[in-house]
Amino acid sequence: MIETFKLIAGILILLGAFLFLASTLGVIRLPDVYTRNHAASKSTTLGVTSILIGTCIYFYAQHGHFNSRLILAIFFILLTAPVAGHLISRAAYNTNVKLWKNSSEDDLEKARMAKRKE
Amino acid sequence: MFSIIIQIALICISLSMLGLVYRLIKGPSTPDRVVALDAIGINLIALIALLSISLDTSAYLEAILLLAIVSFIGTTAFSKFLEKEDIIEHDRNL
Repeated sequence: MIETFKLIAGILILLGAFLFLASTLGVIRLPDVYTRNHAASKSTTLGVTSILIGTCIYFYAQHGHFNSRLILAIFFILLTAPVAGHLISRAAYNTNVKLWKNSSEDDLEKARMAKRKE
Repeated sequence: MFSIIIQIALICISLSMLGLVYRLIKGPSTPDRVVALDAIGINLIALIALLSISLDTSAYLEAILLLAIVSFIGTTAFSKFLEKEDIIEHDRNL
């Protein structure tokens, strides 16, 4: 039983580490701020959730005590990481950071032009 | 076998933090650097969790929650500074 729990925890931890590597690859290789933010905020959130669930299962299997602080941390990160990504992206747009030169549409710019015309 | 898994995951997360430090140094604009710092904070949370498994103690698990809160507050303050050039506004008649 303990071995099964440890196997599940190990798989979750390896999955989380892989997601972190994928997010870093995205942050290094993608062309502008918005795509980099897209890579960083989503996959690091999922990776840290997976690693913390693995840690929780490990401590439950090994020592038999269920750690509620880890569950609280998972809940808090899932709640705040997308908000932080949204705030950075909006600050970047409002400080006139350019989009990638091959991106074809800028819907927010169009909406602001239409509002200015009214 | 489980300790080997933990070692592999620690190496992966260290490599990932190294790549984010590259973006933190090179990033052309300030929001790039803030994105990299936010991701480094989340990587640090995972590093603390893996380290507490490796040392087999649950004494460091408060630091996870604390680091999550501090990282969110820092990112929020920095994005507000970038947007309005002011973190706490002192205008009383808004």
